[in-house]
Amino acid sequence: MSFPWAKHYEPKQPLMRWLDEKLPLPRLVYNAVGAGYPVPRNLNYFWNFGVLAGLALTLQIVTGVTLAMHYAANGAVAFGSVESIMRDVNAGWFLRYAHANGASMFLLVVYIHIARGLYYGSYKAPREMVWLLGVVIFLLMMATAFMGYVLPWGQMSFWGAQVITGFFSAIPLVGESIRIWLLGGYAPDNAALNRFFSLHYLLPFVTAGVIIMHIWALHIPGSNNPTGVDVKSEADTVPFHPYYTAKDGVGVGVFMLVFAAFIFFAPNMLGHPDNYIEANPLSTPAHIVPEWYFLPFYAILKSFTADFILPAKLWGVLAMFGSILLLFFLPWLDTSPVRSANFRPRYRAFLVALLVDVLILGYVGGAEANARNVVMGQLASAYYFLHFLVILPLVSRSERPRPLPMSITQAVLDKHAGTSPAKTAMA
Amino acid sequence: MATVEDQLPPGEDPALLQEEVHDPRRRDFINIAAVSFAGVGAVAIVLPLINQMSPSADVLAASSTELDISKIEPGQAIKSTFRKQPLFVRNLTPAEMSAANAVAVGSLRDPQTLAERTKDGKNNWLVTLGVCTHLGCIPLGAAEGENKGPFGGYFCPCHGSAYDTAGRIRQGPAPKNLEVPPYTFNSDTVITVG
Repeated sequence: MSFPWAKHYEPKQPLMRWLDEKLPLPRLVYNAVGAGYPVPRNLNYFWNFGVLAGLALTLQIVTGVTLAMHYAANGAVAFGSVESIMRDVNAGWFLRYAHANGASMFLLVVYIHIARGLYYGSYKAPREMVWLLGVVIFLLMMATAFMGYVLPWGQMSFWGAQVITGFFSAIPLVGESIRIWLLGGYAPDNAALNRFFSLHYLLPFVTAGVIIMHIWALHIPGSNNPTGVDVKSEADTVPFHPYYTAKDGVGVGVFMLVFAAFIFFAPNMLGHPDNYIEANPLSTPAHIVPEWYFLPFYAILKSFTADFILPAKLWGVLAMFGSILLLFFLPWLDTSPVRSANFRPRYRAFLVALLVDVLILGYVGGAEANARNVVMGQLASAYYFLHFLVILPLVSRSERPRPLPMSITQAVLDKHAGTSPAKTAMA
Repeated sequence: MATVEDQLPPGEDPALLQEEVHDPRRRDFINIAAVSFAGVGAVAIVLPLINQMSPSADVLAASSTELDISKIEPGQAIKSTFRKQPLFVRNLTPAEMSAANAVAVGSLRDPQTLAERTKDGKNNWLVTLGVCTHLGCIPLGAAEGENKGPFGGYFCPCHGSAYDTAGRIRQGPAPKNLEVPPYTFNSDTVITVG
């Protein structure tokens, strides 16, 4: 499960030796995130974001469990209970703002984490299972975030629930029945609110379980690194602790600064004012948009405006889910054996284009559905699928990668030329 | 290589076992039967766990609504609720009815005539759910001064679906006409929906 030169856990204190025999929990920690886990020596700050995502989930669970002590999942009082958390509960405003902005922070660091994986080829063999489990975590996060957004029972909560459960009614024949079953009624109401609360409380713990598998699968081959070259010797690695616990600590500090800036200075910047109006089943807000982290997918959904064999609505729903499910196939769509985009000039250019494309989709998702935006959304949606299904396989076949360094150590020494023993000797 | 003898529990006579070998073995049969029995039990437990999510009795009980429509003048509409969903009742003007009847039915996305969507002799009363068949927003056009869209019926602001004066989808992403719920005329001025 690790490199042969990994340090072994040897408890010296009698109490720790006693514990190690009965329940080797300190041993597990030592081998997972301690000195017993060798990690490539050249990781850059993009490798902070996995730890940051774990931190964000922990913060969401802590703030969420405490909010649940004051929240009431009943359509008649849910909105009022959230307002009471904001006004009456001691530090309630802080917990709620931390939880609402914490969701955005979680998705933000996860998007950067995914982009890191795309750039450095972390989804490729032997880490396919790490990637697949990551996509599962992403899907769980999306479901949890959506259901959490419904709980305050404001206008956006209600109409978000109406629109998102409406996706299921696009399924031929059984769709409407599935939607009624999911909602426990014909429109979002008490039954839906209660089950969303139940699942919103459950899914983070399911996510935590999948994260454990994600880390377990990662620790078999060990972390990828910016060169994408495999670890070859002990010189290529350093122990996780203290080297990366310290480096992650810097990232945690920056994360907390950004998080605090949102909570204390712009707590509603990422939300919608309409959600401070209580849910009204007889009035749709003029402009329904999801939270920022769903906008690119919402743009794909909106891009289908005409029937083509299947109804436009079904196409939209299929394409939106397809845009995420596509990621499950990524390790096999990209056949290039070179991992890091640093050595794949053509792939790198197309990856930047994809990033721009997703940002355009995000803009279109939140913008008004006028003729210009619809066409822009359609082109951007088409390019998204084109990237994964056509460009990526073709580039993998045709591209001539730049020469790879002999080893991680070689790459590090080349980069910091002054510290190379050979060059110092010459000087 | 694993052989039958390797798998024998301690103390069992191999000769005895070899006589018993047929397909499926007695032990396999008991194994399959036991697991199947547990499987049937598991399904029996899962069914109520799934069905508890279906609409409960009180939700279903709220599924019939009586409405007085005597105050609706031609050209006007009211919004009510049916199964917690908005319900539009519209008194069509003769011009709106002839506009709906002038459309070639074959050219529609969800082909239906006005007569099929209303009751005999009361074709001016258009009763539909106020739920866009795309993703469930409430279309505009029932209240005074709201945008009725390019076909004079209803217009959904969420994704731009436009319905005509018979509540039929004419433009935009929605796949179907506005749903006509089951209803009956109790008298000329009172209807029961559901």
